[in-house]
Amino acid sequence: MYSGGQLDEEKVFKDPVHRYIHVRDKLIWDLIGTKEFQRLRRIKQLGTTYLTFHGAEHSRFNHSLGVYEIIRRIIDDVFVGRDHWDHSERLLCLCAALLHDLGHGPFSHSFEKVFRLDHEDFTRAIILGDTEVNAALRQVDDDFPRRVAEVIAKTYPNKLVVSLISSQIDADRMDYLLRDAYYTGVSYGYFDMERILRVMRPREDQVVIKRSGMHAVEDYIMSRYQMYWQVYFHPVTRSAEVILTKILHRAKKLYEDGYSFQTKPVHFLSFFAGNVALDDYLALDESIILFYFQQWQEEQDPILRDLCRRFVRRRLFKYTEFHPTNDQMAKLIELTGLFRKAGIDPDYYLVVDSSSDLPYDFYRPGEEGERLPIYLLMPNGELRELSRESVLVDAISGKRRTDHKLYFPADFLEDLSAKRTVKKAILEILKG
Amino acid sequence: MLTEHAKVMKALAAAGEIVGRKKLQKMIYIAKKLDFPFYEKFDFHFYGPYSEELTCRIEELCALGFLQEEKEKKSGYVQYRYTLTEAGEQFLRHYDWDMPGLDECMQTMNGQNARFLELVSTILYFEHLSKEEVKEKIAVVKSKQRYTEEEIEEAYAYIEALRSRCNPKARV
Repeated sequence: MYSGGQLDEEKVFKDPVHRYIHVRDKLIWDLIGTKEFQRLRRIKQLGTTYLTFHGAEHSRFNHSLGVYEIIRRIIDDVFVGRDHWDHSERLLCLCAALLHDLGHGPFSHSFEKVFRLDHEDFTRAIILGDTEVNAALRQVDDDFPRRVAEVIAKTYPNKLVVSLISSQIDADRMDYLLRDAYYTGVSYGYFDMERILRVMRPREDQVVIKRSGMHAVEDYIMSRYQMYWQVYFHPVTRSAEVILTKILHRAKKLYEDGYSFQTKPVHFLSFFAGNVALDDYLALDESIILFYFQQWQEEQDPILRDLCRRFVRRRLFKYTEFHPTNDQMAKLIELTGLFRKAGIDPDYYLVVDSSSDLPYDFYRPGEEGERLPIYLLMPNGELRELSRESVLVDAISGKRRTDHKLYFPADFLEDLSAKRTVKKAILEILKG
Repeated sequence: MLTEHAKVMKALAAAGEIVGRKKLQKMIYIAKKLDFPFYEKFDFHFYGPYSEELTCRIEELCALGFLQEEKEKKSGYVQYRYTLTEAGEQFLRHYDWDMPGLDECMQTMNGQNARFLELVSTILYFEHLSKEEVKEKIAVVKSKQRYTEEEIEEAYAYIEALRSRCNPKARV
């Protein structure tokens, strides 16, 4: 059994969100130094959001360290010595926290959609495969990588351990809300994390919150709600995502049609073919993707060239609210035809984007056994679901808010030098 | 456009009515695992495979008036009943493609209860493991459900029957 080696001297990372991230375990230090973990420096936490909030350039590396630090504080400062907490799970928890996003690829939301991939499969593959991460984890024992992968996949038997990393109030969400708020510069992502950590208590299957900490949790729930609509689902960010997705679709289509690229998509070949090996996946990061986009601005294909120029130069699509009722669907069909007449391919230039395209887990208290809600630990020892105690949470968790937008290239349509009549007809419909 | 919404609606249209969110989630997950072209992302949650994306999509369809969601209070919990509305049927007419084999698949699954479908979907989630390992997994991750050996065997036979009867023949 691994002796739980400690570093001779504690290492600290300066962090703008948690002030300091403390590393005492040699294994954690080793994992941070692996090439697979270092790769996360080259993947932005918020994908295309930097095109809307210019500060949002932080990486998955920052976030992963943050989640690790939160878990470390919960375990070492709050849970140690309490009932239900098995301290032999400490190192497993820390590793799972650190590695939980390891399989994320560049602009992973769009990438996963276009190429039908799941970053969690790659997280598992990196942890279990022939990698530096796997070799580091096996210092504990040969089965340790499998256990770490199970915690991240939420299939580990000890559900309390899983819930620390992934539940409706977990270290992952607490870090990304605070971190994303900090880097985007918005004011509504903040909540009193220190207070929440102090009132967390371990139970058999999950973490619960002492009733006295309810108001801090209310703030956290509000923060989730606000960050979703104000940052994560910002319509300009969605426009950039739409263009990014269409670039990938176009490049794939051109490849399948035998188009001769000036800059051959060498790094994409296995993605286009649908047989992505782990090495191919790890070789791709955002700097590589942006290199291709930069180069493809000069391609012969007018669609690929234009979409890449739009992305690189931030000449994004405009949008209008689109409520896809049956009347609006008829208009959409009409628009599709008019786009074709105008010589603008609707497959790439007329896009409906819905809130379900970027699902974000609102707090949902009343489901029939799908996800565990947040429970408050009452002074008499009883557990009460959060929204039954909090009027505030009850008010927002019952409300459904959905959103659909129609994206289009306004500049193309407003250029009336050609196809004037049909473009005017399109603009009339879009203006409603 | 809105093709993924339309697919979920096709599934509901085939089933007629689905009672319970959990059941709806498991039915779509099982159909996906049978190679019907559903692309919602599922994760393993406390009660088995669950997709937040699917939940959001259902909410959108309800908000658009294409699905009707009726809330029923049961002892200690709330149950939801889903049916396609007339507007939903009209919406589906915009999509002239079909998903062969889906109707039979959804109807067959709709005849099962949520507990059984939870077991079936859990087995499918771990299908990369050997049968013995799956059984061990179920004993651990589903310990509170107390599935019997008989139920697990029944679920395996059910999956096999579904696979042979409900073969998706078309991709959308």
